Amino acid sequence: MTATSPTDVPAPDLATEGSEWLTRIARSAEAVVIPLIAMVSAAVLFSIFLLFLGKSPVEFFNLLWVGGYGSAFSWTNTLVRAGPLIFTALCVAIPARLGIVVIGGEGALVLGGFTAAAIAIPFLGWGAPWLIQAVMFVTAAAVGAAWIGFVGVLRHYRGVNETIASLLLFYIAVAIMNFFVEGALRDPGNPNKPSTPAIGDANMVGDIPGTDIHWGLVFAIVLAIAVWVLMNRTRFGFAARITGGNVRAARAQGLPVGRLVVVSCAIAGACAGLAGFFEVAAIQGRANASLAAGYGFTGILVAFLARQNPLAIIPVAIFLGGIAAAGGLVQRRMGMPDATVQVLQGLMFVVLLVSETLYGRLPFFRGKR
Amino acid sequence: MEADSNLTIVLLAMLAGAIRVSTPFLFVSLGECLTEKSGRINLGLEGTLVFGAMTAYAISYHSGSPWLGVLVAGFAGSLFGALHGYICKLPRVNDIAIGIALMLFGTGLAFFLGKAYIQPQAPRLPSIQLGGWSDNAQVQSALQINPLFLVGIALAVFLWWAFRNTRWGLIVRMTGDSAPAALAMGYSVNWVRFTATTVGGFCAGVGGAFLSLYYPGSWSEGLSSGQGLMAVALVIFARWNPLACFGAALLFGAAGALGPALQSIGVTQGYYFFNAAPYVLTLLIMIASTSPKRSLKGAPGELSITK
Repeated sequence: MTATSPTDVPAPDLATEGSEWLTRIARSAEAVVIPLIAMVSAAVLFSIFLLFLGKSPVEFFNLLWVGGYGSAFSWTNTLVRAGPLIFTALCVAIPARLGIVVIGGEGALVLGGFTAAAIAIPFLGWGAPWLIQAVMFVTAAAVGAAWIGFVGVLRHYRGVNETIASLLLFYIAVAIMNFFVEGALRDPGNPNKPSTPAIGDANMVGDIPGTDIHWGLVFAIVLAIAVWVLMNRTRFGFAARITGGNVRAARAQGLPVGRLVVVSCAIAGACAGLAGFFEVAAIQGRANASLAAGYGFTGILVAFLARQNPLAIIPVAIFLGGIAAAGGLVQRRMGMPDATVQVLQGLMFVVLLVSETLYGRLPFFRGKR
Repeated sequence: MEADSNLTIVLLAMLAGAIRVSTPFLFVSLGECLTEKSGRINLGLEGTLVFGAMTAYAISYHSGSPWLGVLVAGFAGSLFGALHGYICKLPRVNDIAIGIALMLFGTGLAFFLGKAYIQPQAPRLPSIQLGGWSDNAQVQSALQINPLFLVGIALAVFLWWAFRNTRWGLIVRMTGDSAPAALAMGYSVNWVRFTATTVGGFCAGVGGAFLSLYYPGSWSEGLSSGQGLMAVALVIFARWNPLACFGAALLFGAAGALGPALQSIGVTQGYYFFNAAPYVLTLLIMIASTSPKRSLKGAPGELSITK
């Protein structure tokens, strides 16, 4: 960096390694600060909404804090919910790196959980717990991978819009589960709620020692880190990000775009399928309609809030898990409908997307670029 | 003989279903058609539909007038459309993502505000009897037609005509095909798209009113399961032609009626599969009617999903 010709873009005076680091930090700070601004704005808007209804925002946010993070009990509740949110958010974030918007993670969760519960049936009574769990685990991941991988296939080979296709497949997944749960695989011992037969306490996935949180959370965190490494530190991830940035450039480079799309979708689906596995094998013990509890849809918000970064998904999932965990408390104490959390999440989502427009426009961050 | 009459029952029930179930599809798809013609896609119409259904039911319950409910549902829908249209105008904001967010927000808000209306009975929309000529009770019930169905047909024909023959139809199509061209002609691209999305939201709100005030005719949280979204897919299938939207809506209505129709003659086996028929049909249609090689005939050039 000695002489600059007049046609060059005016470079910063300190074009040294130090300023490059500053730019990096400024960029990362921007990616943290702008979502934070969005969350605060959403909270303000929601407070106004509450005031209109004659409810106290102070009480609401206090209950949110108490119910989500106020005690060991609420932390347990929060972290148990954070696990599936990490899985389903990964299901959104991985294809997003290729510019693909998959919103049907809930379908892979439902079908993964259901097939895991179904495949366990012939093993019950004689199989060792580790064997049953291993078979269920692999089945859930494989079914999830096939389900969302199919979306990738449709997208690449038929040009079918993946957003619509994945959501349609969610409804189909629920129908498939209901068909079996109300029919061939219905547990006759459970007349009130149609379910598959229970896998039995002995075969359930246990808790992390000293807590009431099952191993799914640990697994989710490890998986998120692994996905981060895959997307940011491997050739596969690099190729995927090029494809997401510019498909034509990727093709010109000879990258196997179709395979990248399908494989990424399949990995994403496997993540969501595992969420279903842990819901069945660690919490419910059987598959029924409660599987479609909305984790897949909250996971979309988690992924967008984390800016599709697998590492950022972990804290964001704990944040939103806390809000979901506090939902029951808010419902009881303030007499509000169970959809309250849904409204808050929807509002957060809308405000967050509006905040996207701020990137690169805030003078504070631009000054350092 | 037995099988024969059963077949008649199923076919009649599907015809009745096509007329009854198709109306929300028709309204949402016409609204979406208008929005997409202007070059934007609004995936949030599912949320708009549910919110419209809730609003219509609440207004009808409080005022006693279902038609007022339809109108207010339309305006509530246009608010959602306007929100979508306004946010999309901001730079760096993706219309598909906003659609997903508004879908979740709209359904959430509808469930929240609609909690109080799950129990009470609101006055429903009247229907017109067109089946008086037949002694067959089923034919008569199949031809009980809601006025909104007729309004929907008129709207489809009007939109089809207006896209071709009016000044604003041309402006909307031009904006959808090439924003620079619209700009060069001195039209504000954002304004045209904002208006098209707002009016599209109005249609979706009216479609929702039909759900809660006519068929199935009550407000519950499971009222719409993806109809709004299927309508978006239906527009692609109909190649952005309002008249084809009508035909596609009838087809979807018939598919939706398959499950209940079979149940009425005692076929309960596979009920859930038949209920999934509209989703499967939508997916198959999308697979069959799109291609990665060529852009779709009649597709607005600026539309992000077909690029």
